[in-house]
This record gives sequence, structure tokens and C-alpha cells, in this order.
Amino acid sequence: MGILEVKGVNKRFGGLQALSNVNLSVAENSLHAIIGPNGAGKSTLLNCFVGKLIPDTGSVMFNGESLLGRKPHEINQMGISRVFQTPEIFTDLTVMENVMISCFAHRDGAFRLHPFETVAHETDIIEQAEKMLLDVNMADKRNMHSASLSRGDKRRLEMAMCLAQEPRLLLLDEPTAGMARADTNNTIDLLKEIKEKRDITMAIIEHDMHVVFSLAERITVLAQGTPLVEDTPENIKGHPKVKEAYLGETV
Amino acid sequence: MKLLGLSAKDTRFLLIVIFLTLATPVLLQPFPENSGLATFNAGYPDLMQRFAIFGIFAIGFNILFGLTGYLSFGHAAFLGVGSYTVVWMYKLLDYNVVWGLPLAVVTSGVFALLIGFVSLRRSGIYFSILTLAFAQMSYNLAYSVLTPITNGETGLQVYRSDAQVLLGANEPTSPHFFGLVMSKSTKLNLGDWQFTFNNGYYFTAIIAIIVFYISLRIFRSPFGLMLRAIKTNQTRLNYTGINTRPYALAAFVISGMYAGLAGGLMAAMDPLAGAERMQWTASGEVVLMVILGGAGTLMGPILGAGFIKYFENIFSKINDQILQGWFAWMPDWLSGLLIEISHFFVGKSWHLTLGLLFMLVVIFLPGGLVEAGQRIARLFKKKPPEDKDPGHHPQPAPHVAE
Repeated sequence: MGILEVKGVNKRFGGLQALSNVNLSVAENSLHAIIGPNGAGKSTLLNCFVGKLIPDTGSVMFNGESLLGRKPHEINQMGISRVFQTPEIFTDLTVMENVMISCFAHRDGAFRLHPFETVAHETDIIEQAEKMLLDVNMADKRNMHSASLSRGDKRRLEMAMCLAQEPRLLLLDEPTAGMARADTNNTIDLLKEIKEKRDITMAIIEHDMHVVFSLAERITVLAQGTPLVEDTPENIKGHPKVKEAYLGETV
Repeated sequence: MKLLGLSAKDTRFLLIVIFLTLATPVLLQPFPENSGLATFNAGYPDLMQRFAIFGIFAIGFNILFGLTGYLSFGHAAFLGVGSYTVVWMYKLLDYNVVWGLPLAVVTSGVFALLIGFVSLRRSGIYFSILTLAFAQMSYNLAYSVLTPITNGETGLQVYRSDAQVLLGANEPTSPHFFGLVMSKSTKLNLGDWQFTFNNGYYFTAIIAIIVFYISLRIFRSPFGLMLRAIKTNQTRLNYTGINTRPYALAAFVISGMYAGLAGGLMAAMDPLAGAERMQWTASGEVVLMVILGGAGTLMGPILGAGFIKYFENIFSKINDQILQGWFAWMPDWLSGLLIEISHFFVGKSWHLTLGLLFMLVVIFLPGGLVEAGQRIARLFKKKPPEDKDPGHHPQPAPHVAE
């Protein structure tokens, strides 16, 4: 029984069957990649995990609880964090404030009215946020305006924000999209490091085969809304069905 | 020095605000009474009260608009609710404002909760339109259907026949705070200068300082941080496990309570309440104040409120006669021409001056008057030499052994 269990999920947008009968099981503490060509339904599937979309039929269970019908903030509080394709951060705030918001959300829950406390007096939150920044090698940029960060640093910051919540499952939506090779390699190293350091399950959606094969422990190949195969990277590499899906011809 | 849980910098800031507020009657009276420039003096009670009251209104509005970015076009509704509440307390109990003001805050808070709960289901322009609709609805109700409560067109006021169950035999018959009559002033003549110290002004000013302190605390709190995050990126906030709606609603209610307090104080200075206080122009005015001063800054709303009220009351007073006095020393043709030109900008046309000023600020100073202040300060401040290696300079030794 995996930490994330997807059973018989269908999702239709008008005439397009985006997902048809998707079954997926992500084992706890694994790094599971979901790959597939453009339009295979990868992002749609991910949006079904985080509460942005509700599948027409089927079930999505996280740690034995259904995720369907829950709002994004509720799902996050259950222990699922998400990294976006283009980093979503608070660009008006400093790097430190960005991470502190995650720390507050982790400690105080979805809502707490605390208008007369002072951010500067929350020493444990500050300490925790500083530690997070150290983990992603951004401690020297703590007081920078996050809008002025490079793309790679924005990604690191977003990662730090997600990790500050100590999630059980981290969802990554093409974390290296649009990155230069060097940045991509940095991100791969960062993800490996995160995986080594903590008990965390990661589900990653990725285009870049280099990233997938250097990270994933298990791979699901999605094509036209249906999972084609699920296997280890070694077996996926030479799989005829995968080649067919990617190249569009029978090999 | 640190006071009341503020950082040293904020304490200094608060002390400056306290000083400026308390010294207003002197600071706004820079010209001698009989000089030609006396028109520009603004140190009379009516206007100073308005500075403080609209300052409170704008500080509150800034908590919603400046922090969360939700632009409400209906905050005048709460202003009206506050005023009506206070006048009703005069009618039922007595002229002591101590009953009405807290109740004004509570009732406007309840109204804000209802309106905010519905309006915050939408964001952006739809939110603005919803709040505008609610405010106009309140205005029209106050004007017509609710006449038994609001006294419609005439406006709510106190009559001799009213109950006033707590009214004592020797009690003042105008708004007061435990005997401190709001309309009373002490005048001080110093040479050619005359300063007016008005009870009502100081009463409002002290309340303004308290609510400014509260807004300062909100700005520095985790709650304030969440509100700023709402303005920047709601998506991220949702996916960080934060339910944004109760935060926005809390900000809406708090700013509604500020508006109710401001409305209540209006009625505390002058025991009247009319429906026109709820009209959309009044809602628009506070938006102008906050944007002109600098949305999301602490000082901005106060500056904006002061600026607009100053223009409204001083520039509108300048008529042809005053202009003729100023230009009398020029040849006739030139003074005539200048008066013709000035005509467009002063007196009844003061709105044009304000409009131009607003345009200039929005185009060249998106951060409002606060940004102008910062730019000027930066011009005058010499850049301190950057200390790349602070460890290199030893700390100055203490003069006394410790």
C-alpha cells in the first residue's frame, strides 16, 4: 500500500479525455517519476492530487484518506507540498519572509488571528527559517527581495518553503523546466540531497529524461491519459511501448 | 529605546507621530494672523478634527487595501453606520461619547463582517464592484426606506423630545467626554500668532495615536505578514496550507471598524449624521487618500488624508478677492491674467489642482508621497562609506569600566 494511491481516475474536459482509468501507487519514501509526452495528462493528474481539479470518477487516497473535494490548503496541511513549473513565491517579500510564512503555516495551521504578536519576536520560527535557507545554500541571500533572485534561486527558495513544512509528500511539476544545464544539475543534486537527508516521498513530473533517469527510483509512463508502464528506470529505458509513445511509431 | 513591544526604529517613528499630532495646532499655524499668507493657516478646530478623523479612516483602509490589495469602494458605508450609532446613543442615553464610540466600532464591525463575507467570495474588480454595490445600497436605504432609523433626507439629530435617559441636570448639551466638551477651545495669542487648542481635536488625536499604534503592531505581526502575502501571491499561500479567506475577512472587518470609529468621531464633533456620509464619493475619497499618500506604508494614509483635506479646505477658500490682494503690486494687465489663470486651480475649481496632483503622483511616484519623501531624504543623505570588514574596526572602549 503506497502513501499515494490513485485508483480508476477519469477526467474529461469537454471532448477531451485528459485522464482515462489512471491507477498509480507511490510507495512511501520513494522517488517516483511520472513521464510522458506533451499532452499526456501529467499536469492534470498532479492537479487532481492537490485539490485544483476534481476527477470525474475514481479515488485519490493519501495515507489512507481521500483527497477528493478537499481545498488546496487542506491538502497541504495533510502533508502534501507542491513545487510549481514556474516558481511561485512571494515576490514582494524578502527571502526570509517567504520561508517564515511556510514555518508559520506549519506551526499555526490554516488560520490563526495573531495581530498583536511580533514577527521579530518569533525566535523559533526565525531559527527554523534560517536553517531551511542554510539547507538550500541561500543563507547569504536572506534579506534580498525575492523578486530579484535568479530563476535557479527562486526554485531553491520555493523548495525551502515546501520543505519548511516538513511534508510527507513533495510534488514537483517539471522542476527543471527552462533551466540551463548547470542549473538543472544543481537541482538534481539538491533533490538527491533532500532525499538523503529526510524521510520524504517525492513525486516528480518531468520532461527531461536526463533528470528522470538520474533521480527516479520508479517511473510511470503516461500517454494519452493512460499509464503505459510502471517500472524501474533500467527497465523503462529499453521498453518498446515507451519508445512508441515518444517517437510515435512501432519499433 | 523600545516601547510597548516595538522595535527601536518603530518606537522612534511612533514618538515622531505622537509629537506631530499633539503639536498640530501650532505647526499648522505658521503665518501671523494678519499677513497675506494667513489663508494658508490650517490650525482651526474644524479642519484639525477632520485631519485626525480622516487619518483614522485612511489608516484603517490601508490595513485592507495597502496590505491585502483588496480595493474596497464601499468603506463609506461603515463611516455612516458609525455616525448613526453615535447619534442614536445621544438620543437614547446622553451626550457623553463614551457610550456611542465603542458601540460604533462594534456595529460597523458586524456590518463589515456581513458585507465582507459576501464580497470576499470574489477578488479583483468584482470584489470592488460588490463593495460599491453594498455601500450604495446602504446609502439608498438610509436615504429612504430606513427613515425611521436614519431620519432620511434631514439627517439624524438630537431633539428636545428625545429620551436621553442618562442626561443629568448640569450636563452639557453638546457632545462631551465625561464633561470635556468637544467644541470648547482655548486660544493662545503669541505676538501676531493665534493658536487654538480644541478639546475635540485632542480627543480625536489621542484616539488616532492609539489606532495608529494598533496598525503599527498589525503591520509587524505574523497576521500582517500573511496579509502582505495575500497581496503578492494567493496561489502560493493556498498551496502553503493557508486559508486566505478568513485572513482577508479579518482585515476587512478591522478596517471596517476603523471606518466606524472615524464615523463615530464625526458625530462626536458635530452631533449629526446624514446619509450623504455613505455615498460612493466618500468611499472614493479614502481610496484617493491612501494611494496619494502611499498604499501599504504606515505614514502614507495619514499624509494622504492630510493633503486632501488641506486642499479641500484651504484651496477652496481662495477667491478672487484674495487673489487680487496677492497680485495687487503687479501691473493691471498681468494681475488680471494671473487671476484668470489661477481661477482654474483655486476656489471652486480646487478639484482640478487635486486631480493634477493625483495624476502626477500616480505617474511619477507610484509609492505616493511617502516615496517622494524617501527620494528627497536620499538626495540629502550622504551615503555612509561601506564597511566591508566590520571586524577590522575595534569597538570603542567604554569610558567607564564595567
